Amino acid sequence: MNRRDFFKATALIGGGFALGLYSDSETPAQAQTPRPAGLEPSAFIKIAADGSVTLINRAPEIGQGMRTTLPMLIAEELDIDWKSVRVEQADVDPRYGGQFTGGSGGTPSAWEPLRRVGAAARMMLVAAAAQEWGAALSDCHTASGEVIHSATNRKLAYGQLAAKALAMPVPDPATIKLKDPASYKIIGKATGGVDVPSIVTGKPIFGMDVNLPGMLYAAFHKTPVLGGKVVSANTEAVAKLPGVKKVLVVPGNPQIGLESGVVIVAQTWWQAQTARKKLEVVWDEGKWAGYNTSDQAKKAAELLGQAPASTIGKVGDPEAELAKAAKVIEARYEYPLIAHAPLEPQNCTACFKDGKLELWSTSQIPSPGISGAARAVGVAPGDVTMHLLRAGGGFGRRIYNDMVVDAAWVAKELAGTPVKLLWSREDDFAHDFYRPGGWHHFKIGLDASGKTIALHDHFVGYGESGRFVDSGGVGPGEFPCRTIPNYALGHSMVPLAVRTGALRAPGSNTHAFIFQCLTDELAHAAGKDPVAFRLEQLAALEALPANQRGMDIERMRMVLNLVAERSGWGKKTLPKGTGMGVAFYFSHRGYFAEVAQIKVSAKKEIKVEKVWVVGDVGHTIVNPSGAEGQVCGSVIDGMSQLMAQEITLAKGRVVQENYSEHPMVRLNQAPREIDIHFHKSNNPPTGLGEPALPPILPAIANAIFSATGERVRTLPLAKLGYSWG
Amino acid sequence: MVVALYLLDRPLEGGVWVACDCKARAGLGKRFGSPARALRHEVPLDAPFTGRSLRYNWSIMAYKLTVNGRPATVDADADTPLLWVLRDIMHLFGTKYGCGIGSCGACTVHVNGEAIRSCQMTIADTAGKKVVTIEGLSPDGKHPLQVAWQEVDVPQCGYCQAGQILSAAALLAKKPRPTDADIDDALSGNLCRCGTHMSIRKAVHRAASMTPLPVIKPTAKTTAKPTTKPKTGGKK
Repeated sequence: MNRRDFFKATALIGGGFALGLYSDSETPAQAQTPRPAGLEPSAFIKIAADGSVTLINRAPEIGQGMRTTLPMLIAEELDIDWKSVRVEQADVDPRYGGQFTGGSGGTPSAWEPLRRVGAAARMMLVAAAAQEWGAALSDCHTASGEVIHSATNRKLAYGQLAAKALAMPVPDPATIKLKDPASYKIIGKATGGVDVPSIVTGKPIFGMDVNLPGMLYAAFHKTPVLGGKVVSANTEAVAKLPGVKKVLVVPGNPQIGLESGVVIVAQTWWQAQTARKKLEVVWDEGKWAGYNTSDQAKKAAELLGQAPASTIGKVGDPEAELAKAAKVIEARYEYPLIAHAPLEPQNCTACFKDGKLELWSTSQIPSPGISGAARAVGVAPGDVTMHLLRAGGGFGRRIYNDMVVDAAWVAKELAGTPVKLLWSREDDFAHDFYRPGGWHHFKIGLDASGKTIALHDHFVGYGESGRFVDSGGVGPGEFPCRTIPNYALGHSMVPLAVRTGALRAPGSNTHAFIFQCLTDELAHAAGKDPVAFRLEQLAALEALPANQRGMDIERMRMVLNLVAERSGWGKKTLPKGTGMGVAFYFSHRGYFAEVAQIKVSAKKEIKVEKVWVVGDVGHTIVNPSGAEGQVCGSVIDGMSQLMAQEITLAKGRVVQENYSEHPMVRLNQAPREIDIHFHKSNNPPTGLGEPALPPILPAIANAIFSATGERVRTLPLAKLGYSWG
Repeated sequence: MVVALYLLDRPLEGGVWVACDCKARAGLGKRFGSPARALRHEVPLDAPFTGRSLRYNWSIMAYKLTVNGRPATVDADADTPLLWVLRDIMHLFGTKYGCGIGSCGACTVHVNGEAIRSCQMTIADTAGKKVVTIEGLSPDGKHPLQVAWQEVDVPQCGYCQAGQILSAAALLAKKPRPTDADIDDALSGNLCRCGTHMSIRKAVHRAASMTPLPVIKPTAKTTAKPTTKPKTGGKK
């Protein structure tokens, strides 16, 4: 089916008008059908007769600034002052098109359509004014929410024109003329987040702040081992504890992601949690009861010493070339499972009443939450309403809607009463969709000059039956593998007893560490400067057919050269114990090269003195303030992953329970300075939630080598005795 | 002086008593449909807080404290953390739950002027003390830190920021011109998962630069002295 976009204008009570952009499979006929009461049509713009302008944000806000960035796109083309804009959060509705925040896709998916929404509304307002004045369209222009008759300087405010604009022909999205970027007044200007005033005054805007009359609170004591089941529990005794209203055994339903356990519903969440301490559950822990990650690490080490279970991406004859190489370097890299741990623990508020389910959620990708919740309570998805609340961080965790399904199930049991389900921090650490770990064993064959002639990579990852777990695999295309004449990637697997999933820059957040550190090793083996060596390898990659390069070489070369220049790469004399490291990575359509300058003490304490980041995410940075925030956040997030985060399992249970055991970078550990530069290439703008993260891990690891001569190949670095200075 | 009022309604099932401030209740949305409406209830600033009684139980006590300048009486078990009293009984949702073990700082409030972790302080220990939350940091949301946080555009997800601001406010109250090291020391107990660290440092310095240095006024017993600046100057 062809994608089809069209606009539809709707009257607002009081003489305003709303303009919606419809797309994809929706037909005009469907768009005409009456919508449920209380729900606006899928309108992105509402102009009231009093002139107030409300822009609707369709994407969930998890901290990446979508509630600011997306309305900026509309406001620019509508030609209104940013300060006159009010932003309203859309509920989940298929008519908005893609409602998600993830994959750094918010900006690129909205860049064209949302600007066109704004431009279409502006055209209709101009048409209304021209008709009023009996003037030609070309004699009118707009500024700051007014249509102006150019010759006479007569003015009509958008609010005055709103009712009339409704009767104007709706423009065809395909023929809309967008602004010349040189005339942008909003796009490209640092713009504060629309919710910041509410945040700094403590307004209840987060999912966890939902408060409904008569609401009860639920704590969910889930099976500590994946797939475990409740055999029996002292529910009657717990039900008598202070504040407790109901104690429910959840049989569990893997098909909808509902784990087995016991739900305690109480008048306050603290009472539910307090009662939980008296809960005694007999579990059938299932097949993972004896699972330990330490056993898997041993097994992986054995497998790495053997032939891989399967081999892919073979080029040339790496085995033969390794056998006759002048020198062979063997290097083992490993990285652990880690948790998302957004600061707002998982929660969802639900009310099931008269066959309808209403949800208040912080989901990043809400529509699967609706279908899962519908199945949990046995209604059609159309009977589920989901409101989107601001989330206290996502990082990929809120892609998964297990907490929504949980809350829906509880709401059905308490039909008629709203329930807020809240996980404790310990629950959040124990029931994540973790970033999976893995192991690489590289055999690097060098010729007499130090040039790499053969590379064999044996990767052991988590998986079963020939399939890696979600986000747990690696392919043969990682830089610089394709530049090596003899190369092969072997795969082997060990099982995993937890669910896994996407974590900020999934795949890339580990591959960058492995392959950009490996690149550094190859550079040093060849006796070459790490930046110069990377430029040579990029040139070698450019010689390959375009579909084998995996990136736009010119864009990567540009950010690498720029970061070298800005950081004074190769031109500084650094004191002993201080070093600089470089890395680049292409992910989520973004090109990033980063340099870290660090100081390492004799006690292996690392101080990150300065980080230089150069990124290319296209010709326009929609909101420079938000963009810099995403880059700084990515650098610091990556540093947290690098130093001390690791999830382990013992007897099938996740060992780490709280932030103290899975630490983040604290303020006194943050770099003193992060220098950020965006190179504006002639490409459409792309997202920033992820691509700045992957290079920081190898940049710092390579700086450790430069400062100390020690090559670090294990994450987290704390396992090697490092800490932040 | 404002006196906390109790309106003990009808007992609900199982011996539960509900006490409720009429004004607060009247402000709650009647329908569930709009989260915005349900969330936007606001108690008049001069109204006393009145805790919702949790259960008619001998172990529950009425604790009196001052929250954001207003007297409050709260019925809760002695070991209920202040965090949950603020959130689920007083409906002051600006104070956040992040870890429950005093490790993340999202629940930071001021108790008698000190920044403390409200998940680690029980209501019994808070009795008789003065609590300030983000909602009460300033009457108009214009505390220099609140202004600076907006100017620098610090928050990403924003969840930790109330705690960050309250830790910073306690610092500025003691050191009006903090150094980088002072800021790092005072705020390293507050985690930010989004990594707004660089902006936080910048915003604290900016707030400090907005605040006039306190002038030490001569008291009745001492003779007049020239205005003295504290020795805490740092770079801006």
